[in-house]
Amino acid sequence: MTHGILSSATRDSANLPATTTLWQIDIRPVAGQPDRIAEKMLAGACDWQLPTSLRLIASRGFLIQGTLDLAAVKQISRGLLVEPVVEQSQVARIGDESLAVPLALHHNLVYVLPLPGVTDPEAESALLAMQNLGYDVGAVRTYRKYWVSPLPDQQLELLCSKVLCNNSIEMIVRGPLELNELQLGRPYEFQRTVIPLCEFSDEQLVEISRQRQLSLSLIEMQTIREHFRALDREPTDIELETLAQTWSEHCSHKTLAGRIAYRDGQTERTFDNLLKETIFAATLQIRQDLGAGDWCVSVFADNAGIVRFDDIFNVAFKVETHNRPSALEPYGGANTGIGGVIRDTLGTGMGAKPICSTTVFCFAPPTTPHDQLPPGVMHPHMIMQGVVAGVRDYGNRMGIPTVNGAVYFDPRYVGNPLVFCGNVGLVPRDKSFKEPQPHDLIVSIGGKTGRDGIHGATFSSAELTEDSDIMSGGAVQIGNAITEKMLMDVMLQARDLNLYTAVTDCGAGGYSSAVGEMGEKIGAEVWLDRVPLKYQGLSYTEIWISEAQERMVFSVPESNWEIFRDLCQAESVVATVIGQFKPTGQLELKYGNESVGKLSMKFMHDGRPRVIRAAEFVPQPMTKLSVNSLGSNSTPDWNHDLLKILGSLNVASKHWIIRQYDHEVQGGSVLKPLVGIDNDGPGDAAVVRPVLNSRRGLAISCGMNPYFGDLDPYHMATSSIDEAIRNCVAVGADPQRIAILDNFCWGHTDRPSTLGSLVRAAIACHDLAIELQTPFISGKDSLHNEFSYTDANGNRQSISIPATLLISALGQVPDVRNCVSMDFKTAGNLIYQVGRTKAELGGSHWSIVNQGTGGQVPTVDAKSAKQIFTAVHFAINAGLIRSCHDLSEGGLAVAVAEMAFAGGLGATLNLDPIPTCANQVLVNSFETEMPSLVSLFAESNSRFLVEVTPANQLEFETAMQSVACYLIGAVAPDSQLRISDKTGILVDLPVTDLKAAWKSPLDWK
Amino acid sequence: MSQPSVLILRAPGTNCDQETAFAFERAGGTTNFVHINQLIESPRLLLDSQILCLPGGFSYGDDIAAGRILASQLQSKLAASINQFHAAGKLILGICNGFQILIKSGFLLPPDDEGLPATLTWNDSGRFLATWVNLKTENDKCVFLQGIDQLYLPIAHAEGKFVPRNQAVLEALQSNQQLVLKYCRPGGLNGHVPYPHNPNGSTAQVAGLCDVTGRIFGLMPHPERHIDPTQHPRWTREGLAEVGEGLAIFQNAVRFFD
Repeated sequence: MTHGILSSATRDSANLPATTTLWQIDIRPVAGQPDRIAEKMLAGACDWQLPTSLRLIASRGFLIQGTLDLAAVKQISRGLLVEPVVEQSQVARIGDESLAVPLALHHNLVYVLPLPGVTDPEAESALLAMQNLGYDVGAVRTYRKYWVSPLPDQQLELLCSKVLCNNSIEMIVRGPLELNELQLGRPYEFQRTVIPLCEFSDEQLVEISRQRQLSLSLIEMQTIREHFRALDREPTDIELETLAQTWSEHCSHKTLAGRIAYRDGQTERTFDNLLKETIFAATLQIRQDLGAGDWCVSVFADNAGIVRFDDIFNVAFKVETHNRPSALEPYGGANTGIGGVIRDTLGTGMGAKPICSTTVFCFAPPTTPHDQLPPGVMHPHMIMQGVVAGVRDYGNRMGIPTVNGAVYFDPRYVGNPLVFCGNVGLVPRDKSFKEPQPHDLIVSIGGKTGRDGIHGATFSSAELTEDSDIMSGGAVQIGNAITEKMLMDVMLQARDLNLYTAVTDCGAGGYSSAVGEMGEKIGAEVWLDRVPLKYQGLSYTEIWISEAQERMVFSVPESNWEIFRDLCQAESVVATVIGQFKPTGQLELKYGNESVGKLSMKFMHDGRPRVIRAAEFVPQPMTKLSVNSLGSNSTPDWNHDLLKILGSLNVASKHWIIRQYDHEVQGGSVLKPLVGIDNDGPGDAAVVRPVLNSRRGLAISCGMNPYFGDLDPYHMATSSIDEAIRNCVAVGADPQRIAILDNFCWGHTDRPSTLGSLVRAAIACHDLAIELQTPFISGKDSLHNEFSYTDANGNRQSISIPATLLISALGQVPDVRNCVSMDFKTAGNLIYQVGRTKAELGGSHWSIVNQGTGGQVPTVDAKSAKQIFTAVHFAINAGLIRSCHDLSEGGLAVAVAEMAFAGGLGATLNLDPIPTCANQVLVNSFETEMPSLVSLFAESNSRFLVEVTPANQLEFETAMQSVACYLIGAVAPDSQLRISDKTGILVDLPVTDLKAAWKSPLDWK
Repeated sequence: MSQPSVLILRAPGTNCDQETAFAFERAGGTTNFVHINQLIESPRLLLDSQILCLPGGFSYGDDIAAGRILASQLQSKLAASINQFHAAGKLILGICNGFQILIKSGFLLPPDDEGLPATLTWNDSGRFLATWVNLKTENDKCVFLQGIDQLYLPIAHAEGKFVPRNQAVLEALQSNQQLVLKYCRPGGLNGHVPYPHNPNGSTAQVAGLCDVTGRIFGLMPHPERHIDPTQHPRWTREGLAEVGEGLAIFQNAVRFFD
């Protein structure tokens, strides 16, 4: 059998000498050491309910091709590949019987190898190491090898396809490997391809767009046809691809930046550019209001938004989505997601130095039974493990702390998990802008180019189906963090030596987007044959649109090229001139002496037809909250409800994830994600000190609430903004210096109702941002998040994700020594609630755990929110507050429980001082307990719970004069949580029980 | 000599170099970063330094095994220079990945006819773990631990489990007093030290060890991440100390050259 192109790690494309041998090295633990690969796979097999009697013996291994004799290969094995203290190895020519002798009578032999074209970082490193040691090795490839205990063939098939192998990046070989050589790709024969479409009918245009996965609409195809008719020539394939990339939803945001006719029952409104007229407009307004005090630097212009930090640095922040790839290959999707957003920060201004990362995920419950999954989707448990591992392995290797995040669970994310990756970077104030100059060289550094991720941009603008893993495998990639780390190390040196005039990252669309954007105002000529390749055989078009990872494009003055190149070479980073910015206004693509494409920058960037999309929001009549899980017994059990909410997946502790991330590398950690007496309480926001000899800090937090969106996207948006800001304020950030980011993840926006809910959320963002004077500085959207499949009865089904808006906040702390954490500190201290509780239980977690529907969704009173943020910040800065926690999921009851177990202390509360109006809430049970229910579990916005020493009581209460603030109890010495009101005892639980309920659900081994 | 100069070795994937340099400077040293390619080209760069530091990170991605590739590079290209450096009475410190490299290159525990006497392998959990640990020093053999009894430091690693080749190796290291730093329970209690206090299942709770001279020291925890009092995970409860506990290790290294 032949495996086509080698997955990675080829020395060069020269034919190998005849004496070349292909060796196989199996490596597995010595007796007494655990077989971790097998254990992991067996755990995965549980999700698919494979027999518990199943046994596996796993090996990792290397295929090594070179002019080597057995002795040499044994040296390599012993000296480089095996850990003799804990591992044993078996070396033989590939195909040798010794490699096929069953272990422990497990007769099923299964190999898993990376698919051709998929990055294999370990093989790359191993090849380099062997060559450095002087061995004549041409190619290396890794694999995993399993001996599987006897199993019915159908179950063995399931094990292979669902557990051992992910067929979007890997392939299965049953039985011995029968490879003669690791092929190094086939020579490419240049052929200029023209796509004649000037005479095509509309039907044919649609067909071409589909065939070539261009994701271009008919009207876009028509526009292209007219353009080339006018030029009186046919387009080449690369010209068509370039337009498809540039005009893709992913690159041009044609929906949100597009024309929209919106109606919501009361008003009708037409947008020429939704983003410009809502979110951008708000920031513009705020900057005008701030006047000379404007602290925004660069917003919605660059790869990330930039604001002031101190006298020397500005700070950049960007949050990206990487949903579709993560659905197909969670590990690769998440690690290229984090790798990509890090390049966004690096590609901001003249390059910002990444200082911390954030991740937010949305999954279906990991407990979902496998027989309830639609066809073609991966098990959510496996997706979650893969995504976390992907972020962990990339972020940790980059040496960038992952300090903040959140995870939300809802069955509607089953086919479309959401993966948000954010990165914050510091950029010197004088390096916050860039301007490529005519005649600068176009220089690419970092990774080589392969077929990875072809059509990623157009694919991520399309809907997923059960066949996506087959159709779009090419769009899935694995990252190589070290390539990016090496790139980052040299680029920051080059930045400080002023060696280039502009930089951008190679993201979706690869070179086509990077060069297209950089050259927009000048014009560019690109020499595609000069691009360094992972293996031969790529066509000029594949080179142009490949989304191979870890590449960045620089604009380098000719006079600086040699210094730039030498700097890269000194640290083994590949730097190549691939073209030049020429003042022609044209993009000319060449392969050798052949011109393969010529497009005007103007048509590329302004030529896209702007359709008007219809958007309609149909307000739901406000229905009363009704719960059906209370059964006949309508006497409330608040203890039970509290424990249930603490144990619900959204609220439960995420320590299993957090502890796998290095959140302290770079040495700037001030408030960690987990805080308190046992370092395990849920902090509101992380605080980092990016400049080691300075006291100034950054607070990073987020807010999101898909459940509110089911009731009203407007209030979901304002609640998310309020939550992100109050999380920041709770740790000590200055509310007048908080910048926020938007990430809209929606379903099919071609449906007016779906687009309508998005427009309504965007309007909400505009309104509240202005009222709070909190500017949006950057954002990113991901639309068409729907999964469609054919159900058992042959009916077409489609699952849309809930409207999901992530708000990320970047706050500033003048002196980190004033920060506070959320854990109770000392028995006897007073507990206050700041902010008003309203009868808002719609979409609340109390409602969710009781299968509730309807109810009033939490709203934001902007004026009092602003006063509260200001007052709380003043009190924190004045040292009047010992601990502070925001009230969100689960309301007051959950907040006080978290503060108690984080501090290892109890609390005694009486809720009578908290005024509540309970009308309009419940229909079918215990009306009389309503005030208690509301004050315990309502999720009203702009509220904090704070701990104050008796000595500071007067000063604190004075500071709170202008805002709603209620003294409701004290921290208790015994570790018991007691909450009562005039109706009697509401909650009376040992703090240890509360903590156990919160910590156990996701306490995975 | 008042200000010893520290050579901080960088390689592809090194990522704790900046804060480690900051720690040495806080302790009174001067630092310069040298890339492995540069050092292989001109090993004499070592001559100008008193301290060689291998900081944390993921050298070459920790592909194959943590620290493996850089270790084999040092072995094959720089063994003579490094041994000479050490023989001249100078200091070598390896933190986290640096410790893994010192072990796997044989500079810390030289190989015998059966090969390397010990390794650092996967945590019992099989996962990367970032958390804080209590540490206790065992004796005063190691230059870097002079006058230190206990330490509270963060760890962040996947392959930090110390495994000697056999009991004999362990006993030899024990009797040579080379097992200088061990994980312990809060308050310095050793004896039985269960997870998470022994975060990776290290044999004999070993968190760090030194060579026979006490001048080569490797440890899995990150002293450079506890230099400033605000790095302590509970400073908002317990108040701000004057300095972070990790600083002492760097001060000892610098003072050694007084």
